[in-house]
Amino acid sequence: MIINLRVWRQEGPESPGKLVDYTVPEASEHMSFLELLDVLNEQLLADGEEPVEFDSDCREGICGSCGLMVAGIAHGPQKRTAVCQLHMRSFKDGDTITVEPFRARAFPVIRDLVVDRSAFDRIITAHGYVSVTTGSAPDANAIPIPKDTADEAMDYATCIGCGACVAACPNGSASLFTAAKIAHLGLLPQGEVESPQRVTAMVNQMDAEGFGDCSNYAECEAVCPKGISVAGIASMRRAYMKGLLSG
Amino acid sequence: MGSPVAERSQSPRLDSKVPSGRLQEKWDIYKNSVSLVSPANKRSHHILVVGSGLAGASAAATLAGLGYNVTCFCIQDSPRRAHSIAAQGGINAAKNYPNDGDTIWRLFYDTIKGGDYRSREANVYRLAQVSNNIIDQAVAQGVPFAREYGGMLSNRSFGGAQVSRTFYARGQTGQQLLLGAYQALSHQVSMGRVKMLPRREMIDLVVANDRACGLIARNLITGELERYAGDAVLLCTGGYGNAYYLSTNAKNSNVTAAWRCYKRGAFFANPCYTQIHPTCIPVSGDYQSKLTLMSESLRNDGRVWVPKDPKDSRAPEMIPEDARDYYLERRYPSFGNLVPRDVASRAAKKECDEGRGVGETRLAVYLDFADSIRRLGEHTIRERYGNLFEMYERITGDNPYKTPMRIYPAVHYTMGGLWVDYELQSTVPGLFVLGEANFSDHGANRLGASALMQGLADGYFVIPYTLGAYLAGTRQSDQVTETHEHFATVEEEAGARIDSMLKNKGDKSPTQFHRELGRLLWDHVGMARNRTDLMSTIDAIENLKEEFWERILVPGSADRYNKNLEFAGRVADFIELGSLMARDALRREESCGGHFREEYQTPEGEAARDDEAFADVAAWEHTEQDPALHLEQLSFENVHLTKRSYK
Ligand SMILES: Cc1cc2nc3c(=O)[nH]c(=O)nc-3n(C[C@H](O)[C@H](O)[C@H](O)COP(=O)(O)OP(=O)(O)OC[C@H]3O[C@@H](n4cnc5c(N)ncnc54)[C@H](O)[C@@H]3O)c2cc1C
Ligand code: SF4
Ligand code: FES
Repeated sequence: MIINLRVWRQEGPESPGKLVDYTVPEASEHMSFLELLDVLNEQLLADGEEPVEFDSDCREGICGSCGLMVAGIAHGPQKRTAVCQLHMRSFKDGDTITVEPFRARAFPVIRDLVVDRSAFDRIITAHGYVSVTTGSAPDANAIPIPKDTADEAMDYATCIGCGACVAACPNGSASLFTAAKIAHLGLLPQGEVESPQRVTAMVNQMDAEGFGDCSNYAECEAVCPKGISVAGIASMRRAYMKGLLSG
Repeated sequence: MGSPVAERSQSPRLDSKVPSGRLQEKWDIYKNSVSLVSPANKRSHHILVVGSGLAGASAAATLAGLGYNVTCFCIQDSPRRAHSIAAQGGINAAKNYPNDGDTIWRLFYDTIKGGDYRSREANVYRLAQVSNNIIDQAVAQGVPFAREYGGMLSNRSFGGAQVSRTFYARGQTGQQLLLGAYQALSHQVSMGRVKMLPRREMIDLVVANDRACGLIARNLITGELERYAGDAVLLCTGGYGNAYYLSTNAKNSNVTAAWRCYKRGAFFANPCYTQIHPTCIPVSGDYQSKLTLMSESLRNDGRVWVPKDPKDSRAPEMIPEDARDYYLERRYPSFGNLVPRDVASRAAKKECDEGRGVGETRLAVYLDFADSIRRLGEHTIRERYGNLFEMYERITGDNPYKTPMRIYPAVHYTMGGLWVDYELQSTVPGLFVLGEANFSDHGANRLGASALMQGLADGYFVIPYTLGAYLAGTRQSDQVTETHEHFATVEEEAGARIDSMLKNKGDKSPTQFHRELGRLLWDHVGMARNRTDLMSTIDAIENLKEEFWERILVPGSADRYNKNLEFAGRVADFIELGSLMARDALRREESCGGHFREEYQTPEGEAARDDEAFADVAAWEHTEQDPALHLEQLSFENVHLTKRSYK
C-alpha cells in the first residue's frame, strides 16, 4: 500500500516547527506504525536527508516510550492501543496521515516527535511511592488483601506513563496519570498509611509542573492505551480537598 | 587456542571467592565475616549505578537507603521504562505458600539442573535463599500481585516446574516489579540521596590505579560527553540479545556498556549461551523491527503441530487429525508440549528446516487451542489468556479463538555476560555487574521466571553486602576525581570514535549493518551450531566489521538528539561481540542448554553434554590480538550431574 505522511519536523525546543510531506510507496498492512516510520527513515537516509526522530523501546505497548498524535488522536485511531502496537491494517491504501508530537505546556519538544516527559517522574518523586526501605518488609502474606481490592489496584497500576492523557486533554492536565498512582497505592493497606501526604504532594507537584486542571472532558480515558478509569480522578479530588480542609 | 591440557586447567585470574563451609551456610558465613562500612563513611562514598532495570533500580534504591551517595544512569527518558518492564510471566520464590513441597533446596536444584550444570552452586543457592525476601519487599512496596479469594497471594507453575512457585501480576509481572523498584528509587531521589540521570548512555569505563573509578556518558539530548567519577561502578545494563537484531528485547537494549568494560579489562563469560524462546510471533517481513513474545504459559493449554505433508496447503482448521503431526507429544511423551524452552525451540526449527513449516514464510508452527476450548469452554480460555490472544490478534490480524496461532522461536535472553565472582565483582576491581549483564546464575539455560528473581536478588540483597566489603578495603588515596588524566584520555577516545562514524559519510545505515549481523548470528550461532559454519561466520563477521568502518552512514551531528548515531555505536559493539559469541560456541565442543552443537548429539538428536571436558566457565579476555581464554572449573559438591531427559 502507498501511505502519505505529513510529519512534524522541529530542530529543537526553541525552533519553529512545520509539517513536511513524505510518501512511503511500499508500506505493508502487516507493519506497525513505528515500522512504517522506520521504513521512512531508511528512505530519508538513503536520500541524504535527516531521519525523523521519535522515541520507542519495547514496541509492545508496555514501556510508555512511544507516543505520537496520529491523525489528530493520541496513539492513533485504534482504541486501547499504544502507537507501537497500531498496525497499518487500520489504514487504507493512499491514506494521508498526519503525525505530530504529544503537545502540552509541560511536555516541551526536544526534536521532531520527541518530547520531554520528565515532569511525570517529578510527580512520582513528589510521593508516588510507599516509604519502605529494603529489608524492613514483613512476610508477604502477613496482611491479606481482598482479591477485588488487589485487582482494582492492579487496574490502576497498569498505567504505562506514556502521557497520552495529557496530550488529549484540552487543558493539558495530568490528572489521569496522577490519580492512577494515587489510587493504586491508596487502595492497598501498604500504601494507604501515607495517602493524605501522598495526595497533597503529588497534586501540588502536578500544578507546579504546569499541567492544567481537570474539567471532566474524559478525553484522557478515551485515548489511554491501558483503559485507566477517570473514576480515580474524582477520588483524588475528594482526598485533596479533605487534605486542604484538615491541613 | 592453546593446548587442550592448558585449556582445561583453572585460571589463576578467576578466583570465584566462594566462601568455605556447607552450601546452606555459605551466605551467612560471608555476611558474618564481611567488613562493614560505617554510616558516616557511607555518605562519603559515591556509587555509579548504570541502568535502571530491576537490577539497577533495586541496587540504587537500596544503596541510597543505606546512606551511600548514588548516581544512576539510563538510556530511556525515564528509569521506569527499562527493558525489565516488558517481562510478562512471573517471578519465582521458594515461599511454599501452596504447601506443595517446595523448598529452597528444590528451587536451587531446579535452577542448577535447568542450567544444564553450567553454573556455580554457591551463587545459585544464595539466589534461592534470598528469593523469599524479594516477594516480601515487593508486597511492602505496593506491588499488586495476583491474589486468591481468601486474600492470600496466588501462585502458578511455570516453565515445567513441578511445584507452584511463581508469583505474578496478570501478564505484567515485570512492569509491576519494576514500578515497585522505580518508586523506591524515586523515594530516594526525593530524599536527595540518588541523582537520577535519564537519557544518558555510558560509552566507556575509566580505570585508574587498576580500579574502576568512573565512566564517560553521552548526554543523549545535547550530545555532550560527560565525566563521572565514583568509588565503584555497578553495571546493570541488561543482556545482549539484540546482537541478533531481531529479538524480544526492547529496541534500546544493547551490549555497549558491557563491551566497553570488556575492552578495559573485564572478562566476558560464556557469550555463546543465548536463550531462544519457543513461542514468539513469527517474522512477517523485511521491515520487522522486533519480535513479540507470547507467554510460555500458553503451552499449558495449546498443542503444537505441523501438517504431516509439507505440501498440505489447506487452512489449519481443514486439516484432519490424522494429517497432523503433534511432534512434541510424539517425541516427548511424558512432557509433551511442556518441554523446556531450548528443546521446544529446536524441535520447531527441525520441522521448519525439513519443510513442514506453515504460513506465508513457512517459518512457523501451529499452537492450537481448539481442544482446550472444546474441553474447557471459550470462557475459561479467555480468562486465562485473554490479553495474550488480544495482543496476538492486534499484531497478526488473526483470531486465535478461531484459528491456531502461528509461532516461531526468537532470541529472548542471554545467559552469558561479564564474568563475576561470588561478590558480583568483575575482573576489574570496583566494577560490579548485576542482573542479566552478568553471567552468573543461569548456566547454559535459564528457567522461566528466574531472571526477575536474579535481578532483584542482586540489587536488593546481595550487592549491599559485597559492595561494602570492597569499599572497606579501599583507601581515600584511591579516590580520583573527574580531572584525573585518565578521564581526559578516555573521553578523547570516545569522542574520536563518534567523530569517525559521523565523518565517514558512507552508504549503509546502522540498521542495514545490524540486520546483516543478525542474520549471520541467527543462521550460524543460533539454535544449532557447527564447526564449519562457526569458522566461516568468524571470518564473515570480521569482514562485516571492516565494511562497517568503510561504509557506515550516520546522518546529522553529534551535538544533539541523534538516534542513528546512538544505534551506530551500539551496532559497532554488537559486531565485535558477535565474533566472540561465535568463537565461544566453537570452543565449546559439547551441547548444553541453549548451546547446541550439531556434532555433539545423541543418536536420537538430543543434546550431548561433556562433563569431563567442559564443566567450566569460559571467560574471555580482550587483547590486542585474538581474545585470550581463561577457565573457571565448576565443581559440584552437592548435586549429582544427571542427563536432562524429557522423554
Ligand atoms: C518479553 C520478555 C519477557 C520476559 N519475561 C520474563 C518473566 O516472565 N520472568 C522472568 O524472570 N524474566 C523474564 N524476562 C527476562 C527479564 O525481563 C530480564 O532478564 C530482566 O528484566 C533484565 O533486567 P536487568 O535489570 O538486568 O536489565 P534491563 O531491564 O534490561 O535494564 C537495563 C538498564 O540499563 C540501561 N542501560 C543499558 N545500557 C546502558 C548504557 N550504555 N548506559 C546507560 N544505561 C544503560 C537501560 O537504560 C536500562 O535502564 C523477559 C524478557 C523479555 C524480553
Ligand atoms: S493514564 Fe493512560 S494515557 Fe495517561 S500516562 Fe497512564 S497509560 Fe498513558
Ligand atoms: S514503545 Fe513501549 S509502549 Fe510503545
